[in-house]
Amino acid sequence: MNRISIDPITRLEGHGKIDIFLDEAGDVANTYFQVPELRGFEQFCVGRLAEEMPVITNRICGVCPEAHHMAATKALDALFGVEPPQAAHKVRELLYSAFFVTDHTTHFYALGGPDFIIGPDAPPAERNLLGVIRKVGPEIGRQVIDCRARNHHVIKTVGGRAIHPVAGLPGGWSRPITKAERDEIAAIAEKNVQFARFTLKLFDDLVLKNPQHLDLITSEAYTHRTYYLGVVDPANRVNFYDGKVRVVAPDGAELMQYHPSDYAAEIAERVEPWSYLKYPYLKRVGWNGFTDGAESGVYAASPLARLNVSDGMATPLAQEEFERFFETLGSTRVDGRYTPVHFRLATHWARLVELLYAAERMRELALDPEIVSPKLRAEPGPVTGRGIGCVEAPRGTLTHHYEADARGVLTRVNMIVGTTNNYAAMTMSVRRAAESLISKGRVEEGILNRIEMAFRLYDPCLSCATHAAVGKMPLTLRIRSASGAVIRTIVRQG
Amino acid sequence: MAEKPKLAIYWAASCGGCEIAFVNLHERFLDAAAAFDLVFCPCLLDTKRREVEALPDGSIAVTLFNGAIRTEENAEMARLLRKKSRLLIAFGSCAHEGCIPGLANLSGTDQLLRTVFLDNPTLDNPQAILPAAISPVPEGELTLPPLLDRVRTLAQVARVDYAVPGCPPEPERIWEVVETLARGGELPPPGSVIGAGTLSVCDDCARKKGDKRVERIYRTFEKCPEPETCLLEQGFICMGIATRSGCGAPCPDANMPCTGCYGPPEGVADQGAAMASALGSILDPGDCRGLNEEEIAQRVASLVDALPDYAGTFYKYSLAGSILGGRVRR
Repeated sequence: MNRISIDPITRLEGHGKIDIFLDEAGDVANTYFQVPELRGFEQFCVGRLAEEMPVITNRICGVCPEAHHMAATKALDALFGVEPPQAAHKVRELLYSAFFVTDHTTHFYALGGPDFIIGPDAPPAERNLLGVIRKVGPEIGRQVIDCRARNHHVIKTVGGRAIHPVAGLPGGWSRPITKAERDEIAAIAEKNVQFARFTLKLFDDLVLKNPQHLDLITSEAYTHRTYYLGVVDPANRVNFYDGKVRVVAPDGAELMQYHPSDYAAEIAERVEPWSYLKYPYLKRVGWNGFTDGAESGVYAASPLARLNVSDGMATPLAQEEFERFFETLGSTRVDGRYTPVHFRLATHWARLVELLYAAERMRELALDPEIVSPKLRAEPGPVTGRGIGCVEAPRGTLTHHYEADARGVLTRVNMIVGTTNNYAAMTMSVRRAAESLISKGRVEEGILNRIEMAFRLYDPCLSCATHAAVGKMPLTLRIRSASGAVIRTIVRQG
Repeated sequence: MAEKPKLAIYWAASCGGCEIAFVNLHERFLDAAAAFDLVFCPCLLDTKRREVEALPDGSIAVTLFNGAIRTEENAEMARLLRKKSRLLIAFGSCAHEGCIPGLANLSGTDQLLRTVFLDNPTLDNPQAILPAAISPVPEGELTLPPLLDRVRTLAQVARVDYAVPGCPPEPERIWEVVETLARGGELPPPGSVIGAGTLSVCDDCARKKGDKRVERIYRTFEKCPEPETCLLEQGFICMGIATRSGCGAPCPDANMPCTGCYGPPEGVADQGAAMASALGSILDPGDCRGLNEEEIAQRVASLVDALPDYAGTFYKYSLAGSILGGRVRR
């Protein structure tokens, strides 16, 4: 049996490794997507002071520490049985919106977007931020850098630090916003709205008006009919900061809505001996292997999933884009809600709809008179024993679950992080891409990027801007015979 | 045009925050990228490792190594990059001191695997499967790098020339380091900490310091701090007094205590011991006249019991690199 290894694939939450096995006929027999990294937060957080979790769990991911900080802080609200003042919720959500703007921007311009802006088959040295600058003009490079800089400035102002913020407390937030800071933040939010609209226009011109790109997006190679999961507000609209978890079936029917604190009744995680990452699935449906369809508990939690589970967006401009998204991709309204879009590459577009929502929501919050309230803390009560906090991270639903003794010392910790939700779906996407590109032992030269595209659309987490921006993402693909001898090597230099 | 110095940026067990801090040089990031030939970046695994191995020893000018040493593979890469690099820099708290992943040394690797894969509220693992170094699958064999018995710092597996502290290092400090390296500027003696100050965070903290006597330890959720006074004097465990300067004290500025991510100040070997010593001289058991020995001991105990996790508080970032190293095992 022949074997193809792609190692490293790119950076997710750890290194990744793909093995593709070919059968006797030279077709894909199976693919394995391994995560060979484990730090074990669930173990070493036990014994820690519960209130330290927003700072400790920041270090799960330096790309999205804000998400962990927020999930941890909300878990502490529950653990200490305290409801923060409304103003504190707003300040948290303001920081969180700025974070979504910078994170989604980075992804579109530096990580996933270049596949479309430059083209999926362009040389890798071109498919990066510098290539985008060459194609769209130097002004765009400056705009992207400005966008990241101004939103990290907001994160530092509101959260104390630009990376690994510190202000989250059970029952509130440590640092009020001054009026002068509010004015600055409101101006930044306005720029963000304009920037998001510009970005959607760019996507329209370069991708949607290009029939080849549109064909690629809607091709079967990048389509999976799975369940979708995401947080919605009381009106069933997308919400990143708070709400109930809604799950819809492949046909769009609502399977359930549950309170995040009931997550363990609905989600289970499978273990495979060849990976340090677990595979979550929907317990109500059950595990049915790496398969699509209504019989398989595999689900996706991503920008695409969030749009698919929602009735709409809570801000006007994003709502317009939401409708255009579903109409363009052939979705129909059933009982007032669009049927799900299963084209996984449409996740890039969904991300931009969310970018616009995040910018609009940030503007609303910045202009809310309560945002400058000095009173951001409510007094925590005694430890309740258990606290579960949930937010939407850019890459999917993030859940932190803490149990603590009466002194507030942690006795048990569990987390299901954004990327992990999608592990089974990513595995399937990699397999489908491989199947569509490999036949009779013939490996298309474009396989490296096409497979990269299959997982990059879910999660750029640590395929971070550092590398993609300078065009260095070296990949080596080996095809080996059953004896282990390398019969072919494809190297893509950065 | 003269050949640009070769730069490698490798990450081991880390969160990616060091890379993001690098990108947060913002417009200067492009200058930094242009000053070097970034030869190995992002990650150098397996196949790519062979290409690194093929390089002449010492041909990489600088390797910025972030992340702790958690797996065999991390350790191998550290040794390889040491051999190939003229300067190996422990970049960020993980490589420098083990950081948060180093807290795993408070228990064993077996316990860690059990908790994650066998004893967890959302598990579906009836066959009690644990990840294995080698797994037979129908189509062949899959491998995973095994975890080491404990988390190590970079310096515990390879000779390190310099350390850049911080979780993550602040972009301003990164720029100083990168700029110095790019122009071949003068560096302090090998073994030094660069990209940071030599004093303590208190020296950069704007809060007013006065009489350091603490009658009670407060946890951060227990009261709202007064905005202008030293947090330690208010009874919060602010690690600033035992932490190296360089960050600009952003945490106390946001009304939260320093948690010590820049490691110990110059000349201090063990951050946790320094904090214990500082606290020992600050904690005030009050007027003990007329109390017998047992009563005094009780009063002191009630003072220190207010903080039920000294290891995780004092050694949050520095456990793996500390004199303690972690829990003593058989």
